Amino acid sequence: MSERKIVLSAKDIEVKFRVRDNYLTAIRNVSIDLYDGETFAIVGESGSGKSVFTKTFTGMLETNGQISNGSIMFDGKDLTQLKTDKDWEGIRGKKISTIFQDPMTSLNPIRTIGSQITEVITKHQGVSASEAKAQAIEIMTRVGIQNAEHRFDEYPFQYSGGMRQRIVIAIALSCHPEILICDEPTTALDVTIQAQILELIKDLQKELKFTAVYITHDLGVVASVADRVGVMYGGQIVEYGTVEDIFYDPKHPYTWALLSSLPQLGEKGKDLYYITGTPPSLYNKIIGDAFAPRNEHALKIDFVEEPPFFKVSDTHYAKTWLLDPRAPKLEKPEVINNLHEKIKKMTSKGGAFYVE
Amino acid sequence: MSNKDKEVLLSVKNLEVTFHNEGRRFRAVKNANFDIYKGETFSLVGESGSGKTTIGRAIMRINTLSAGEVIFKGKRISGKISKEDDRDVIRSIQMIFQDPAASLNERATIEYCVSEGLYNFHLYKDEEERIAKVDKALEDVGLLPEHKSRYPHEFSGGQRQRVGIARAMIMEPELIVADEPISALDVSIRAQVLNLMNKLKEEKGLTYLFIAHDLSVVRFISDRIAVIHLGRIVEIAETEELFKHPLHPYTISLLSAVPMPDPQIEKAKKLVVYDESKRDHSGPKPVLQEIRPGHFVFANDREMAEYEAKLQEMEKAEASAK
Repeated sequence: MSERKIVLSAKDIEVKFRVRDNYLTAIRNVSIDLYDGETFAIVGESGSGKSVFTKTFTGMLETNGQISNGSIMFDGKDLTQLKTDKDWEGIRGKKISTIFQDPMTSLNPIRTIGSQITEVITKHQGVSASEAKAQAIEIMTRVGIQNAEHRFDEYPFQYSGGMRQRIVIAIALSCHPEILICDEPTTALDVTIQAQILELIKDLQKELKFTAVYITHDLGVVASVADRVGVMYGGQIVEYGTVEDIFYDPKHPYTWALLSSLPQLGEKGKDLYYITGTPPSLYNKIIGDAFAPRNEHALKIDFVEEPPFFKVSDTHYAKTWLLDPRAPKLEKPEVINNLHEKIKKMTSKGGAFYVE
Repeated sequence: MSNKDKEVLLSVKNLEVTFHNEGRRFRAVKNANFDIYKGETFSLVGESGSGKTTIGRAIMRINTLSAGEVIFKGKRISGKISKEDDRDVIRSIQMIFQDPAASLNERATIEYCVSEGLYNFHLYKDEEERIAKVDKALEDVGLLPEHKSRYPHEFSGGQRQRVGIARAMIMEPELIVADEPISALDVSIRAQVLNLMNKLKEEKGLTYLFIAHDLSVVRFISDRIAVIHLGRIVEIAETEELFKHPLHPYTISLLSAVPMPDPQIEKAKKLVVYDESKRDHSGPKPVLQEIRPGHFVFANDREMAEYEAKLQEMEKAEASAK
């Protein structure tokens, strides 16, 4: 892993929002390296800061927000130093693109699909109109729009939800970005369409070799797409590792809780596990481990001092005192033990659930 | 377990809903037939536009039927019915909605939100009884009496959904139509609401019609599942039977599309895409037929023979595995 090329390196990022006379700390000292060509998934509940964090990569924080600490190194530049839209030109939309949740809000309803794709191509590549159109049709075909030449002149409302999301992907990829940020790309779509869109992004990634960053709350999606996973809680990444590390050998109690509350693991007639309490308020200074008040395994020190990252393996790190040598030995909850065997038993009870 | 001995609470017969738009007709639900037994959770699963919500709304009598009928406790409740029956049905069939924030009046206190049904139907003798009922309803859903004076915005998503459930429960309904009640909630909160729904089902003997698009959730909560595609019910079976022996190609594609929280399985999985137009439609018109007791599939005779062969093969494989 270590010899792989790092494309983006975020260090000690802190993001603050000014809300009336108060400051809200949405991101608290998050560091992460993204490797070339990998898929990194950030998973967490709403309000954990996953969207805000990736917005710093493209300078798209709301106007009341600011990066108050840290650096983001990309392409030899520190992205936190870029201020104006002009500074961002050449990076946002060209080298780092984003796909958002709702394709209808990312597309302009009163302009044709074709003009919205060619706009990006002419803007960033400076090619002629006819060349841009040819490229646009090619990429439309590539994302699975049949009869692209004809549909080039249609409007967004003439496309279905899944097709619109394909167009958004086409626009995002039209400049061959190095990083594609997918912010809940399939949450607004049906499951069958979701599966197709995820498949499409995977195929395109193999072909175009970009790095993908997924933001999602759906652990199923994470399992399907990710090489590595970062679990976010209360504005911090609390655990990260390969997708196998996180699903089969989770170390942080929050990751345990998240996996345990999956409805797929529920047994008929028994209650599902759920996390009590509510996420921490980000207006106040958080002392100790942010998850401690909701954590049934919390140690005394969790309320006093913030845990550092402990190394589990070369790829796997977790921010919990449980990994300190002095901590009591604690095993992950029974429900998520042997996760693979459990899910496998469920999915292949002799039936044609999956074609394997 | 024979379905014949169970009491049918609600029965949907040849139900059709047609929408008219600028002279064009659109059949949103085509010839739907199913029974819901007392005390069970019956799920309708399908994609957006499949007509699952329309069926729920037709049962609630929000959408009028263009054909067929809905029978509740042996009485027809669709079309024109007497005033007393109407009141009775409104009280006994309640609904829980997807977005708890949108379904509660922002400017009303929780007390008012929960009592609204009581006010409308004068289901209380005096203030004291009303307050006692509100307290009881809130307690049932795990909220506290002191929450009464608060406003919906002061609650988290999961708590708001509990208020939505309390609002329905206070009417002492027999059937609850829950339309995507957890889709708008976070993973951890989902679990709470599902547990609550299960608890109420056991304690009060409730029956649910659960409308959802997510099969993984549905599996945990349902006793039986109906899969609906383009306004047509294509398969009905008991939950485990459906997961074990899915027959209709649409059911199979829907099952394969749900991402499972297991990287090994997900990465080995092959996607099955269902395309209605590419199927073999030869032979007579298909109908919903019973292939095994309680397991119905939408098929004609030729397809029935294919499904039968497939089912026997699966059963043989299972027998030899044991």
